[in-house]
Amino acid sequence: MREAKDWPLDAFIEAAAAALALPVEPAWRPQIRAHLQVTWRLGQEVAEFDLPDELEPAPVFET
Amino acid sequence: MDPWRTAADIAGEVVSGRSTAVAVIEATLQRIKQHDHALNAFTALTPERALAKARAVDLDLRAGKSAGPLAGVPFAVKNLIDVAGLATLAGSRINRGRPPAELDSPLITRLEAAGAVLVGALNMGEYAYDFTGENAHYGASRNPHELGLMAGGSSGGSGAAVAGDLVPLALGSDTNGSIRVPASFCGLFGLKPTYGRLSRARSFPFVASFDHLGPLARSSLDLALAYDAMQGYDASDPVCVDRPIEPAVPGLEHGMGGLRVAVAGGYFRRGLSPAAQEAVARVAADLGAADEVELPEAGRARAAAYVITAAEAAALHLDRLRRGAADFDPAVRDRLIAGAMLPAAFIVKAQKFRRWYREQVLKLFANLDAIVAPATPFAAPRLGQQTVQLDGAEVPLRPNIGIFTQPISFVGLPVVVVPVPLQPLPIGVQIVVPPWREDVALRIAYGLEKHGVALAPRPPR
Repeated sequence: MREAKDWPLDAFIEAAAAALALPVEPAWRPQIRAHLQVTWRLGQEVAEFDLPDELEPAPVFET
Repeated sequence: MDPWRTAADIAGEVVSGRSTAVAVIEATLQRIKQHDHALNAFTALTPERALAKARAVDLDLRAGKSAGPLAGVPFAVKNLIDVAGLATLAGSRINRGRPPAELDSPLITRLEAAGAVLVGALNMGEYAYDFTGENAHYGASRNPHELGLMAGGSSGGSGAAVAGDLVPLALGSDTNGSIRVPASFCGLFGLKPTYGRLSRARSFPFVASFDHLGPLARSSLDLALAYDAMQGYDASDPVCVDRPIEPAVPGLEHGMGGLRVAVAGGYFRRGLSPAAQEAVARVAADLGAADEVELPEAGRARAAAYVITAAEAAALHLDRLRRGAADFDPAVRDRLIAGAMLPAAFIVKAQKFRRWYREQVLKLFANLDAIVAPATPFAAPRLGQQTVQLDGAEVPLRPNIGIFTQPISFVGLPVVVVPVPLQPLPIGVQIVVPPWREDVALRIAYGLEKHGVALAPRPPR
């Protein structure tokens, strides 16, 4: 998967905002872009960790 | 009257007749009136309710009835916790339009059943998505140790109110560190219990996977008294686990002998300020914790917590963003919008990773009773500060505040933060224990306090 910084993030933000019906003022975009870049990188860090297919997700923590 | 008394001191005076609950509450309201303009801890006061409750406590005592272990103790709650008659703001301007809560949170009901007296609601970072205590709508909660410093967040008002002498006890919420960060920055004891231990019913959510409620106080005994009073199953919170009440107060004095304690190594040793290193070293030395233990993939756990937080918070607020994004605190709004754009695959993988990580961490506790870790990488930064020097590099401040708290709450482990009274500022250390062993963490905190290693230092006026 490509790094978020390597692809046209502004176009993605515009398309995603339109699809989600989210109003994005031009002045907000640099911060949204910065946050998305960081969160995307962290998401990829988790996504690339090898886990068994059978592992159950843990939406609720129980002991 | 000495305002730096603990909750236990106050209850003792009220029960013994040396003071009355009404006198305590009147003095508390007066103190808040005098000092809160500087601290900006409170967003609402409930004086009529407080005085009525205080009169009831005094009447019970005069009638020879038990008034409870927190008789006459004033407390306040982060304003995401429902208080009957108040709109639950959760630090936002948007929620001002909500109808007033009809009922109190069950935690308020339980504290009041133990004799405590609610005096008001406390400032916080908007919708709890914050580690600083800053708030674009209501202003920053200020650190009582120096008003130009951050109180920490998101339970910033809770930290400021307790460290600032306004109340001896406050409730906060902790999703990624929001009790533990203000406890560290303000020099307080704070408890984030096991996920599912204390009811979250009638509180405004943030990230359902990680949300916890808990107390902040100026002594470990007060923390334990409040925690014991709030325990118990509550069917109105589907996450609350049906377990018997396991009181922590009776075991506080059992001492620390025989406890197997290690220091978190690897990830938890990197990016620490000298103050954080010193605080961990002092606690470890007192506990005889010579060994280090590695929480495997702790950095990735923090990453997964970050991603789940962004996605769940965005989902929670999506409609509000569509209707009025400009009404949010800009610092929160931009993160929520970014969170709404994350691929679902990242979130599901993060929840799978969470299962794996939980299993690895629980294995460590097969041979350990507690793990010592820094609470924050540094003591309270200045309000508005954007970057910090760590390991010789200048890094962004905000995302680094919670790096040591997030990998713990990610899997719901109970933690007590103990304040280490360094100069010029205190800083917290986490005592992390296995699920449902809050009693062990509180017992360790109590021992550290007895030894003078942990102490909530009194700020200068």
